[in-house]
Amino acid sequence: MRIYVCIKQVPDTEAVITVTNDTGYDNEVKYVVNPHDEFGVEEAVKLGEKTGENEIIALCVGTERAANALRSVMAMGAHRSILVKTDEQFPSSDLIAKALAKVITEEGPADLIFTGKQSVDSEGMQTPYRLAAELDLPVVSSVVGFSLDGSTATVQREIGGGIRETLSVNTPCIIGATRGLNEPKYPKLPAILKAKKKEIKIIDISTLDISEDEGFRLKHLEATEERGNARIIEGTTEEIVDSLVKILRDTEGVI
Amino acid sequence: MSKVGVFIEIVDQAPGKSMPGLISAASRGGDVVGLLLDGLAEKYKGSLEEYGLTELINLSAPNRVLSKHPEAAGHALAGAVKTFGLTALLGVSSPTGNDLLARAAISLKSPLALDCIDINFKENYVKKSHFSGKTIATLEIKATPFVCGIRPNSFEAVQNQVTCRVTDHSALSVGDDTITIIGVESSGGQKDLTEASVIITGGRPIGSIENFKLLDDCAKTLGAAVGASRAAVDLDYAPHSMQVGLTGKIVSPKLYIGCGLSGSAQHFAGMKGSQVIVAINTDKEAPIFTKSDYGIIGDLFEVVPALTKALKTGPP
Repeated sequence: MRIYVCIKQVPDTEAVITVTNDTGYDNEVKYVVNPHDEFGVEEAVKLGEKTGENEIIALCVGTERAANALRSVMAMGAHRSILVKTDEQFPSSDLIAKALAKVITEEGPADLIFTGKQSVDSEGMQTPYRLAAELDLPVVSSVVGFSLDGSTATVQREIGGGIRETLSVNTPCIIGATRGLNEPKYPKLPAILKAKKKEIKIIDISTLDISEDEGFRLKHLEATEERGNARIIEGTTEEIVDSLVKILRDTEGVI
Repeated sequence: MSKVGVFIEIVDQAPGKSMPGLISAASRGGDVVGLLLDGLAEKYKGSLEEYGLTELINLSAPNRVLSKHPEAAGHALAGAVKTFGLTALLGVSSPTGNDLLARAAISLKSPLALDCIDINFKENYVKKSHFSGKTIATLEIKATPFVCGIRPNSFEAVQNQVTCRVTDHSALSVGDDTITIIGVESSGGQKDLTEASVIITGGRPIGSIENFKLLDDCAKTLGAAVGASRAAVDLDYAPHSMQVGLTGKIVSPKLYIGCGLSGSAQHFAGMKGSQVIVAINTDKEAPIFTKSDYGIIGDLFEVVPALTKALKTGPP
């Protein structure tokens, strides 16, 4: 099987985001593999271990430094990778999906494609769907359970309130992974060293001849106002909870 | 006047609790038309016309239950947008809402923005979180029709009594299904976190599955949903479906009560959008106290039962 894993490189959750020039941010922060994407990579690697004859190709649309993210997922078990290079901090989901689709079409048809359910930077939540439309494949996102039986995948997704749906999906298909699907194993040193020797092919996005649809355009980015220190409610336990109930009911009006 | 479509999501055999707020948001852009999948429009319309829904379109498809076939449902919603000349399709950014809105947008080749916290039809923009709520992005709408998911609890429901008419509409056949929902399984009794207006969450100090009952009891008096931190989930004190945080549920309640939470960046990523945050922790140095509205320095095993009692009896 040929399995593609599509990843994005994003700022670490702990990173402080400083807005620059109204629609950008200071990129001198620590970058990581988008957390949801790691579940997709792990699932692909698990499938590879089972059958032993899968090729796992990692794909990423991002800046030059995203090569580091591809190294990380090759250390997790992807065999080789392709970086579609762009200078944009916020390439649109439409552009990313079109670029991924082009590369996949050139590299050879997919048996399975894993992505994360969303990125944690621009939080678009739509790349798996747009990629599915480009490649004319079925897609299920927010997937927390996956099994493959011949040409049919059985997947689970959570729909809130502890309710889980089970879906039957024809393959090839696109799976938008999230936490619950598996526990990603973080690579050990030999795997990290081995990943340094694996191939990263770099393609400049301008050579792919993609025309982007006009959709939503980022007009303005602003830092959220942070909450300050909590107002500490003091007294005996009884006094505290009575004050709290009064505040929540009368001052805040939230209960 | 332009017409704005809203996807009416049915939860527990009734329109979801975020529907009134969604209709109020949509009414800023014109007359609001509801799109319902093979449902009971006559039964549901009463609770929706109170908030300004002028038309409810019952979508069905020949030989197919749309709510079991997400692809067909997406095409049916998209088809209705075209047939009824809707300028936008809005829905609640719930798991099902996001899925069907994305499918409809792709079918329409329309722009899509999910999990929006604001929408302005006059100036043509939406606002949504970037970087887990650390920044807010304003996105300009560059084409119509567009598709937009609204984060639950982002808009107040405004009463606006109208008369709603029901229209039946049969969606065109869209080819074979490649995806079918074959089962729905409930772990029983969990209240939905995404749409909840009050949430009480337990962290690592809760210590066991059984101790979550303390939070359940308090939640009952508030009509709240119960959440868990990643640490509590990793220790198997709660199922992953209860996790609030970066890789769990992103929630936006009016009131969030965190019990024994340290206040990690990953957790804040999931609950930063809460209107009021109350933190209960024995450690007065816990980072959560630097980013909350109200703090109680105390043991959750004492404070939570006392709070439950105070809520039951009402304060003086």
